[in-house]
Amino acid sequence: MDFWRVPLDADTIKVSLGIVHILEDRCKGCGYCIEYCPKQALELSTKFNQKGYHPPVVVKPEECVNCHYCEIICPEFAIFSVESPPITEPGRAGTHPNSAIKVK
Amino acid sequence: MKPAVLTGEYFMTGDVACAEGALAAGCRFFGGYPITPATEIAERMALRLSHVDGCFIQMEDEIGAMAAVLGASWGGVKSMTATSGPGFSLMMENIGLGICTETPCVVVNVQRGGPSTGLPTHGAQSDMMQARWGSHGHYEIIALAPSSPQEIFYLTITAFNLSEKYRLPVLIMTDEIVGHMSEKVIIPEAKLIEIVSRPRPKGRKDRFKPFAPGPNGVAPMPAAGEGYNLHITGLTHDEKGYPVMAVETQTEMVARITEKIQRNLDDIIRTDDFLLDDAEIAVISYGVSVRTSMAAVAEARKLGIKAGLLRLVTIWPFPEHQICKLADRVKGFVTVEINLGQIHREVERCVGGKVPIFLVGHPGGTIIHPDSVVNLLKEAF
Amino acid sequence: MQEIPKPSKKQPCHPLDDLIRTDRIPHIWCPGCGIGTVFSSCLAALKGSGINLGKTVMVSGIGCSGRAAGYVKLDSFHTTHGRAIPFATGLKLANPELNIVVFSGDGDLFAIGGNHFIHAARRNMDMTVICVNNLNYGMTGGQVAATTPYLAKSTTTPVGNPETPFNLPLMAYACGATYVARWTMLHTRDLTDSITEAIGKKGFSFIEALSPCPVNYGRRNKQKPLDMLKVYQKKAIIKNDADPSTLDIDFEKGIILGKFVDVDRPTFIEHYDKIYRPSRLQENVPGLNS
Ligand SMILES: Cc1ncc(C[n+]2csc(CCOP(=O)(O)OP(=O)(O)O)c2C)c(N)n1
Ligand code: SF4
Ligand code: SF4
Ligand code: SF4
Ligand SMILES: [Mg+2]
Repeated sequence: MDFWRVPLDADTIKVSLGIVHILEDRCKGCGYCIEYCPKQALELSTKFNQKGYHPPVVVKPEECVNCHYCEIICPEFAIFSVESPPITEPGRAGTHPNSAIKVK
Repeated sequence: MKPAVLTGEYFMTGDVACAEGALAAGCRFFGGYPITPATEIAERMALRLSHVDGCFIQMEDEIGAMAAVLGASWGGVKSMTATSGPGFSLMMENIGLGICTETPCVVVNVQRGGPSTGLPTHGAQSDMMQARWGSHGHYEIIALAPSSPQEIFYLTITAFNLSEKYRLPVLIMTDEIVGHMSEKVIIPEAKLIEIVSRPRPKGRKDRFKPFAPGPNGVAPMPAAGEGYNLHITGLTHDEKGYPVMAVETQTEMVARITEKIQRNLDDIIRTDDFLLDDAEIAVISYGVSVRTSMAAVAEARKLGIKAGLLRLVTIWPFPEHQICKLADRVKGFVTVEINLGQIHREVERCVGGKVPIFLVGHPGGTIIHPDSVVNLLKEAF
Repeated sequence: MQEIPKPSKKQPCHPLDDLIRTDRIPHIWCPGCGIGTVFSSCLAALKGSGINLGKTVMVSGIGCSGRAAGYVKLDSFHTTHGRAIPFATGLKLANPELNIVVFSGDGDLFAIGGNHFIHAARRNMDMTVICVNNLNYGMTGGQVAATTPYLAKSTTTPVGNPETPFNLPLMAYACGATYVARWTMLHTRDLTDSITEAIGKKGFSFIEALSPCPVNYGRRNKQKPLDMLKVYQKKAIIKNDADPSTLDIDFEKGIILGKFVDVDRPTFIEHYDKIYRPSRLQENVPGLNS
């Protein structure tokens, strides 16, 4: 997306490009996605999934840059990211607070 | 370039006739490894398959050969290999894979004296129990025993037809003597040869189950690349082909692979007889020893001994019914085979002590002389 | 206010779900096992390669890695221990239209199946062989393999491995493979790119994927799942075109990764057609079915 001008607060606005989906019950809690997320967007959650593992939780959704690394390192097909839908509001590029979607 | 069916009259060895029978049956892939006395089958196939747009490959060993034969079958092509004792031993694990995954193919064992390297250039019939139980686990197998080059031609076609019909590896248990002897072989016109091909699936591909038995107990079989997303495994599997590590699935699967044979014994089992109708002594024999036994029975008749021959063309599944019936009416049995009593024990089992039973056999190296059978008949009865 | 997408109630699909037998998930691989990552990478490559997946077959041998064939939603064959390559050879020769991917373990492909690997590479049989090298026999409980490092512990080398491991890329190169690469499961993108390239290439391609077996190898060699990945991260030296004879795995000095061989040579089938089936070349017959 091209902007006609750079927002004044560009350095403070976090540009979230991705939405992370976690298929919690597929996760075996290895922590690889958490360890290797370049943005430290993920953490181990305290809750248990059906299999008794702690799945990851998105703690900093706005940080996700949709790099898919969590998706490709995950041995369980349990996490993936998708591009955020384009945002129409001028000056606010692709930010929304609720970008992490967890699904049981 | 020659056609697949070489219609005509020939003077051919058993090995060459076996190769020609395979081509006539529609075999288009051979994966093998040289071994005396089966090499000539591979050599013939190496040239002849190229005439019919088939493919020959000499693999790095018999394990690879057997694996390639199974792979080719799932590639949609009728496939075979040929070997002798040492190679047959190496093939056993993958013959089991073929049984478990219900894969049609033909394995020829041109038997030689064993154990181990044994007598590479001399015949025997001592792998008969290995043919039955050589691979681990409980299963049924089909094994045929030809006794002449002409018969090996026909029985190779039968072997392919049975393997396709019942989806399993079928064994041709011939021997060095038949493999290397030259005799007249008549190859009929192609249109006179009955060819059976594996049952093919119909209906929705996504719902297809590669191991769900049809009316005769056999499941239709697609090939790889036809859109069925097959999963084929040597693990115990359900009708879908998925592995399931449960006693029930094991029971069902073993029932599937055994019952499709047991339910069709009449169609599978072939026997022949010679002067058996009024016989008081039944000679039981198969393969090359049938030649010995026929001569011996004819000679015995001249001497006034009422002997007759029951010749087993199908060895496995064992023609139990035929032998049990005989046991109720004859005074005795003689088994003739080139080993020290493999099929003999099966005959004994069927006779169940009702009448005396004798063996004429030796551990391999040469055909049994008819005199040994005649002498026994004279002494024992 | 901007539109905030509502969390979907329906289970969303993983982008690779269409290539997985989801009815068989979860798979059997232990937590932290790298096989799933290599498998996922292979599926991504299959998807990205643009080949006809309806004509693509995965063949595996026996082992934890060999279970891959049971999870891919393609025609797939789980054969016997060591025999994936000759089985695949039969498939390919019967129907040269098929794209063949062999996915198996180091023990399966290089100990019991070593002979088949050597000869398939020599023949330049057209297939892509992916070896998950986890330095041991995972499935049987962590015995020494032909790839276990010198002195490493396993259940059958309880005091340390007295043997020298294979340099797999060197072996593949020496046998005639036309494409040879090595990555770790941590270098997922490179691994995927390499598999994609290998699938698209005709001839015998080989990719070694280093992968942790935390349960059997890691535990006996004092490595937690993440430790192994840290080693991959710290010790990896990416050096494309490195001399294959320099590729021994040395966890102290470094593990050389990259693409080492990418050459063209006629395949077995090309030679066979030329010599034995010249008419087929003219008619361009796809399968053997007449
Ligand atoms: C003929 C035969 N011998 C032994 C085994 C037992 N076995 C199963 S898997 C395996 C080793 C697998 O090692 P590898 O290929 O490295 O796979 P991993 O489990 O490490 O992924 C062995 C020895 C077998 N299944 N078949
Ligand atoms: S997509 Fe990348 S940035 Fe986003 S959570 Fe996954 S690893 Fe982190
Ligand atoms: S990488 Fe996958 S299995 Fe491991 S913790 Fe993350 S989501 Fe769970
Ligand atoms: S035993 Fe090792 S190789 Fe096998 S699934 Fe577990 S971690 Fe993976
Ligand atoms: Mg291993």
